[in-house]
Amino acid sequence: MTTTLNTTLNNTTENKINTEERIKIRDIEMVDVIVMTGSAISAFALSYFFFQILLPVSGALGFLVCWYVFFNIISTVAVWELRGAVKAKDHLARVFIWTGGMAAVVPLILVLGYVIGKGYHSLRPQFFTQDQKYVGALSKSTEGGGAHAIVGTLEQVGIASLISVPLGITTAVYLNEVKGRLTKPLRMIIDAMSAVPSIVAGLFIYAAWILALGNQQSGIAGSLALAVLFLPTVTRTSEVVLRLVPGGLREASLALGGTEWRTTSRVVLPTAKSGLVTAVILGVARVIGETAPLILTVGGAFVMNSNPLSGKQDALPYFVFRLIRFPQEAQVQRAWTGALVLVILVLVLFVIARAIGGRGPDHISRLKKRRLKRKGLA
Amino acid sequence: MTSIDITSSDRTTMSSDISLLDPGHKAAGLTATNVACWFGTKKVLEGVNLDMAPGQVTALIGPSGCGKSTFLRTLNRMHELVPSATLAGEILIDGVDIYRGAIPVTDVRRRIGMVFQKPNPFPAMTVAENVLAGLKLSGLKTTRSERDDLIESCLSKAGLWNEVKNRLGDPGRALSGGQQQRLCIARSLAVSPQVLLMDEPCSALDPTSTRRIEQTISEISEIVTVVIVTHNMQQAQRVSNRCAFFLAAENEPGRIIEEGPTKDIFSNPRDPRTNDYVNGRFG
Repeated sequence: MTTTLNTTLNNTTENKINTEERIKIRDIEMVDVIVMTGSAISAFALSYFFFQILLPVSGALGFLVCWYVFFNIISTVAVWELRGAVKAKDHLARVFIWTGGMAAVVPLILVLGYVIGKGYHSLRPQFFTQDQKYVGALSKSTEGGGAHAIVGTLEQVGIASLISVPLGITTAVYLNEVKGRLTKPLRMIIDAMSAVPSIVAGLFIYAAWILALGNQQSGIAGSLALAVLFLPTVTRTSEVVLRLVPGGLREASLALGGTEWRTTSRVVLPTAKSGLVTAVILGVARVIGETAPLILTVGGAFVMNSNPLSGKQDALPYFVFRLIRFPQEAQVQRAWTGALVLVILVLVLFVIARAIGGRGPDHISRLKKRRLKRKGLA
Repeated sequence: MTSIDITSSDRTTMSSDISLLDPGHKAAGLTATNVACWFGTKKVLEGVNLDMAPGQVTALIGPSGCGKSTFLRTLNRMHELVPSATLAGEILIDGVDIYRGAIPVTDVRRRIGMVFQKPNPFPAMTVAENVLAGLKLSGLKTTRSERDDLIESCLSKAGLWNEVKNRLGDPGRALSGGQQQRLCIARSLAVSPQVLLMDEPCSALDPTSTRRIEQTISEISEIVTVVIVTHNMQQAQRVSNRCAFFLAAENEPGRIIEEGPTKDIFSNPRDPRTNDYVNGRFG
């Protein structure tokens, strides 16, 4: 009895949904499509006439600009005639904003496409396993030869993060949670530091660590130079992230009898965790491609040196910088592949950052769930 | 009247000699004598004398900007979190001065809990962790059975246990607004406060949730002294035993106009301004 009733109910609702005709709110009208296509065609014809026949100039870029200007004029006039001045202005603004967006994306796609096109040919597993001890300028580029640079980059950036991330987050906590007398001058110094040209960071480490202290060029020198660049970035972004933690949470924690330290460590930092991780990863993605600070500090090498503390090391950007100027085609090939690997590394970091950054503070990870279960809190 | 230097005194020291899980703790009385408050050079409160008796619910009423929230925040030393804030006068909990006395500020705040206007459960914690947050923030170790008991008893006192007993592992913010506010009350109760301050706890909630919170207030008033700021006259009448009416004239600091049993304030006020306010003629 109840089941039949339910089915009839379901049927009626389904029928109702099917018979109800929905208003098409977001549909593009046929007229608009015709106006736009017509404008595009007539603008093309007009610019062809002007550009190819009337004026004594030629060239693809000039033609495109000409076409774009004519399209704007014609379509705006058409919309004006059809729908009035307000709509026409709206249309013009929309076209400009679209163009702006496209103009920003197109170079990015071109750069990516160019690097992929140039580099994918030699992107073989050997590139990650072989250094240039046995693979040289005269061997084929598909035989690999980038392992030493990849290892160098990972080590240098890893050490730079080990130095900068704890320091940067601590500084951000000082600036945002402790707020002492030094807050203002410190913030100014951090700002100034983030404006330091990257070659100056390299020069500084070269002068202080290598010349003055008598150390050799090595991975650690490169790490220090990268850390100089990384520290202000991670400090500023962490500070912004900490500022987003609602003040009410700090008050709630203090009102429960929490000390300032526990409030920071148990409430503020966990709440800001995903943002902080994102800040760090984006900072890593930024310094991983730095070349200038490494030129004077790591020395560069063709063979694997996995010890960052002594001996010259290579790094991916520096590898690209040197190899692209080789006369041998194979080395140039390798440089492009190195650039592609660098791009892929940055892309992977960005994807991880997006995945973590998209989580709210109330995301409970699997690891935490397990810990809670052990404590009997879940 | 000398103002108290709040920055120099023991901001971070703490003693853990009070057993937080002691079931035999009693509600404490609060006495404010001649309290005045400043933000920078602006005086916002003057000459406040108020006795908040143990186990009673005291309501602070008055129009916006009359200093009642500021006064509430002086009662557990939250006022001083604003960098330019200073105050004068004396606030005693069971006869001991909370500003000049020997009680560390963290202990003051633990003994005098607070519930805020907007529900603010810790987002990075689950429902159960939120209840236990006060213990964690005070660095107190507990056994598993103590924790289980505490979670159940505090959530029950806040009237939330039946709704969330199967959702203890959910994030605190997954609850509805009214449930979140009751979670905040449970969180405050978990550190066994002797006084609970409530700053318009229902102003962000719907009528049903408001009724639940009011019910909770009348239930917990047996174990803690409650001081509540409210803009809702009916609420003040429903929940409070005593009532204090604050008012600030233009560009003048706020002061208490009238104070007494709630019944008298609403049915038989001595001051005409109180009469106007409780009958909705201004504010």
